[in-house]
Amino acid sequence: MKEAVLVVGATSSIARSLASKMGQQGTALHLAARDRFEVERIAKDIAIRYQVPVSWSIFDALDRDSHADLLQKALDHLDRLDGVAVFLGELGNQEKAQREFDCAEQIIHSNYTGVASILTHAANYLEKQRHGFIICLSSVAGDRGRQSNYVYGAAKGALSLFLQGLRNRLAKSNVRVLTVKPGFVDTKMTFGKSGMFLMAKPEQVASAVIRALQKNKLVVYVPWFWFWIMLIIRSIPEFLFKRLSL
Amino acid sequence: MSSSSSSVPKQPLSGWGRYPLVDSYLQRPEKVSSLTKIIQTAENKPVLARGAGRSYGDAAICPSCTIITERLNRMLAFDEESGILACETGVTIKEIVEIFSPRGWFLAVTPGTKFVTVGGAIAFDVHGKNHYRDGSFSRHVCNLKLMLASGEVVQCSSQENSDLFWATVGGMGLTGIIMEVEIALRPIQTAYIKAKSIKAKNLDETLALFEEYEPQYQYSVAWIDCLASGQSLGRSRLSFGSHAAIADLNQEQQAAPLKLKPKPSCKVPFDFPAGLLNRYTMSCFNAFYYHRQRSWQVQSVVDYDSFFYPLDFLRDWNRLYGKRGFIQYQCVFPTEVSREALVRVLQLCAQKGWGTFLAVLKRLGSQEGWLSFPTPGFTLALDMPIKPGLERFLVQLDRLVIEYGGRVYLAKDARLSPEAFRSMYPHFLRWLEVKSQIDPYNRFSSAMSKRLQIESAKERIKV
Repeated sequence: MKEAVLVVGATSSIARSLASKMGQQGTALHLAARDRFEVERIAKDIAIRYQVPVSWSIFDALDRDSHADLLQKALDHLDRLDGVAVFLGELGNQEKAQREFDCAEQIIHSNYTGVASILTHAANYLEKQRHGFIICLSSVAGDRGRQSNYVYGAAKGALSLFLQGLRNRLAKSNVRVLTVKPGFVDTKMTFGKSGMFLMAKPEQVASAVIRALQKNKLVVYVPWFWFWIMLIIRSIPEFLFKRLSL
Repeated sequence: MSSSSSSVPKQPLSGWGRYPLVDSYLQRPEKVSSLTKIIQTAENKPVLARGAGRSYGDAAICPSCTIITERLNRMLAFDEESGILACETGVTIKEIVEIFSPRGWFLAVTPGTKFVTVGGAIAFDVHGKNHYRDGSFSRHVCNLKLMLASGEVVQCSSQENSDLFWATVGGMGLTGIIMEVEIALRPIQTAYIKAKSIKAKNLDETLALFEEYEPQYQYSVAWIDCLASGQSLGRSRLSFGSHAAIADLNQEQQAAPLKLKPKPSCKVPFDFPAGLLNRYTMSCFNAFYYHRQRSWQVQSVVDYDSFFYPLDFLRDWNRLYGKRGFIQYQCVFPTEVSREALVRVLQLCAQKGWGTFLAVLKRLGSQEGWLSFPTPGFTLALDMPIKPGLERFLVQLDRLVIEYGGRVYLAKDARLSPEAFRSMYPHFLRWLEVKSQIDPYNRFSSAMSKRLQIESAKERIKV
């Protein structure tokens, strides 16, 4: 029997690529995203290309009351659930977030609180079932706070810690947790921005995530060299780091 | 990791020929709503859709806002009975043939590279090696959805809003943004082509072989050595082919007649020095290519990739021509004068040494869109590196093309004059009428439309 996976935040280009690659392997999918028009198109696309069952529903990370329903909806369509992939978040506007805390709060909710909420529901279900996996998109930005994006970075950093704890908790229930930390990826978040380098395509990130899942990795940096870049950035002493403009 | 407020700089943009380079603002919507938003909020700045950027010159460049459609590439419906595929504009030929050939479907018309998008194929009304039989890409388009300057989306086809349809196929994106398309695929039994390759000693033999074998095969094309002269003028290797039936395959192929093993491709790693492809190296290469096939006729069964997309195995092959880029000059001559005109073109090439790596000769049938390239006759495509003297040579060719009542393919063009364009495209005024109605303020504009002065209201040149 083939696997069945719920992909949350499916309209982002990385999530779409991952869902496509899973569909290509024969995985049945349930896609959830805020934009009904787009999620329906992506669902149709994967179903036509790979001839797998793909259903969809609407999901808003900030509407936490609806999160329990999502798991149920996915189960109604798929009959089983082997994995949950959560690809949520937005970079937001750091400068505005510095001026207005409402904006900062929004970034924290969409990158951390909302994500933690859906992860909690997914974890509880999979823990009871005693089998499955969780894939969640964090970011290298969460590895060290920097002036240029620390609100986003802090939310992603909190998410990475949350996932660490979840992994620890679910280990005994045979549920794997994979944290994905991409560097620069060629998405709408980075398109046309200056200062981008070593940019990865969403398809490359998706392939790396699937490989990491197959190899039972716990945390994956994509592309792989970001592990080394972040190792260096993390090891700079704070008294020096505070003077840098990274 | 950078903050979101950085402004987006202009970037140098070119077509596949890497000439000209034009600084342009780029957008790349990932959602339909983002595209609508660009059209509705771009303050009447000229915009243009760009697919894979595989047109050669300046046709897919708009300095104020070039909209890259590659991420709008969702397949929306496929009817297993009729073979009709509905998809978004950014789906590529590669995606279509790779997904559907294992299921027994193929494009009815395919260009010589699979890296183009469906939207681009319609915007330039591309043709394949079977134009003479099956028409151009647009003949197999059941209908398309076009976003107009107002942001309104209109459906059109050869039946419905047909004026808009004939202005849009071959219209180079200047009537609006092609959003969605329904195309009819064609059933195939195998992923292979039964091919026959024949050598011809000269142009007369080449043309005679076209006549002789065309009725027996679906596809035909000739690679001409345009640097050969005298007795050998127009010597060529012709290639004919038809979709193979299961009985045509060998045992190994028959085991999985619709499946191809993935083949490795290679990549040109850097820009070659500009002078590397000169008349001497190219004559050598052409002679080698011509003589490589020893016998006059070879019959074989090849996979569709090798038959239709031979150059796709060498990715970034445009770098062979160096940083300065190259021009592909593709022209067509009406059937009655084809022979005479081709002799003159080939003589000119051989004399001046402007010929290229293998030139391509194909037969075309009747025209579809008002700015579509095909017209009944023979079409010749020549690649030439940008260097001093090229423009003078091409103007000579333009004159010859006009003299014989032919035309130059705009998908490849980067330098034609507005006057020459008007002499070559007799249906232009009909096209302009539609353009003026639906886009009077030239919301959709390209570097090419400016150069050729094919814009509404500002029609300055009297025809």
